[in-house]
Amino acid sequence: MIENSLSSVLFLEKTAEEIRKRVVEIIYSARGGHIGGSLSSVEMTTALYFHVLNIDPQNPHDPDRDRYILSKGHSVETLYATLAQKGFIEQSLLDTYGKFNSRLAGHPTKKTAGVELNSGALGHGLSVGVGMAIGAKMSGKSFKTYVLMGDGEQGEGSIYEAAMSASHYKLDNLVAIIDRNTLQISGKTENVMALEPMRQRWEAFGWEVSDVNGNDMNEIVSTFDTFDYSNRKPKLIISHTTKGNGISYMENGAKWHHGVPNEEQYHQAITEIEQRIKQFETAL
Amino acid sequence: MFTDTLVELAKKDKDIVAVTSDARGSVTLDKFADELPDQFVELGIAEQNAVGVAAGLVSAGKKAFVCGPACFYVARSLEQVKVDVAYSANAVKILGVSGGVSYGALGFSHHSLHDIAVLRTFPGMHIVLPCDIYQTKRLVEELVGYPYPVYIRVGRNAVPNVYENENIDFKIGKANLLLDGDDLTIAGTGETVYHCLQAGKKLHEQGIKARVIDMHTLKPFDTEIIEKAARETGKIITVEEHSIFGGLGSAVAEIVAQTGNAKLKILGIPDETAIHATPSEIFKYYGIDTEGILKIAAL
Repeated sequence: MIENSLSSVLFLEKTAEEIRKRVVEIIYSARGGHIGGSLSSVEMTTALYFHVLNIDPQNPHDPDRDRYILSKGHSVETLYATLAQKGFIEQSLLDTYGKFNSRLAGHPTKKTAGVELNSGALGHGLSVGVGMAIGAKMSGKSFKTYVLMGDGEQGEGSIYEAAMSASHYKLDNLVAIIDRNTLQISGKTENVMALEPMRQRWEAFGWEVSDVNGNDMNEIVSTFDTFDYSNRKPKLIISHTTKGNGISYMENGAKWHHGVPNEEQYHQAITEIEQRIKQFETAL
Repeated sequence: MFTDTLVELAKKDKDIVAVTSDARGSVTLDKFADELPDQFVELGIAEQNAVGVAAGLVSAGKKAFVCGPACFYVARSLEQVKVDVAYSANAVKILGVSGGVSYGALGFSHHSLHDIAVLRTFPGMHIVLPCDIYQTKRLVEELVGYPYPVYIRVGRNAVPNVYENENIDFKIGKANLLLDGDDLTIAGTGETVYHCLQAGKKLHEQGIKARVIDMHTLKPFDTEIIEKAARETGKIITVEEHSIFGGLGSAVAEIVAQTGNAKLKILGIPDETAIHATPSEIFKYYGIDTEGILKIAAL
């Protein structure tokens, strides 16, 4: 694991921006996608793939690999861009996204190297993650399982069946993350169906809960680095994020749940991202 | 028989895992839970989670059998079966017990007369309805290393055996010819196969050469044996403990309607909630028992 030094955090921040740029590019090119929730989860996904997960793009089926499930499957653009950045798939494959018969579907499928579950229907990932975590314990394997969910997704009742079973089986090798950007397709989560008090609800289910600024790489990395994977408790990160993070005009706008930038907006987005990449390159 | 065989195999293969949802009694998994607690996952009354967890276990290298009432696994947790199992190609084995009208008078909430129809439309899903204990034993042995998701439906009540012992030909996807003849074909699946065979034998006694086929696998479907039966006998009666829509009869109809070689009569549960009665009374009422088949054959 990389030392949590200033340079490694800067490297992760730069990588996140490179992934963010690809996300905007492929959604603009495909004229469709779920840009808001993809952008809010870029830092978390980057931290997982470039700091946390024990995975090898050359050996994507290694039985001992860590598992990552994108339960909020509509944020697939960030997953694809990250898999390309990590070397699981070719960057050129990303350019086929949204095109006729592309191998890259609009929600994750196992046809793409590195994807562990076909997702898209919400409320499924945590149960599958529980199965992976139980399987690891049964086989005496040390791999960990990570599941990223949306906050709107928390309306699905199946999640609480999974939450109950994770603490019942003391799955300290399981980490769930909620991308808490506070918006879902119809508006604010608290107006659509209140999810608070989220922390207390999960604590009541027997989980160890961490609140994290999910767009702050340093905070994300520190949280993972201090986890005790043998404390007999499943872990939840409530990742407080900004929907549309990193593109000034998209931030906190529910309409950017699956909006597509026009030409002018596209160029503005790319300019904003490239400026930050330059700053990180200078700092590194 | 299913779980007895599973326990024996699981003692030798530590990767076999049984998953259930407070149904260890209904499924007769008590022995498995007692003897192999480290290979047993109880999830409480939560079918959606049970199917998702089973998919995760397969993904982690386990051979997962999720076991519980058919009526719940192919309704409450149907999306998990569709997405986490079939679409994600996780080779979970779903054992639906007390299928069809096994729960009799408990009513429509507990009947599963739609399972074949629904699961046939899921790409990658295989469906098997064994007809007796010998076939069930052979099926379980084949399932352990079988690389695809499979839904298995079994009944709740003891049924007479169709086969004489376990030394039988059995292969998922390959139907069994039980009785040969060229006058008409009677094809059944699961618990109706016994009645098909009894009816076939009676018809032979009357000089009518009935062909009887055990269509234990609904998917992948043995189209060849049906095409041949249509061509050679010209008449087919299908018999199933399932809605007349979308099950065995429909699968046969899809073939004969396109080849045009046979007349077809579909026996099953009509488009109504089945009457409240014992399973055998329900079979009799809807004419999916020996007597009912003979009545149709005489027409």
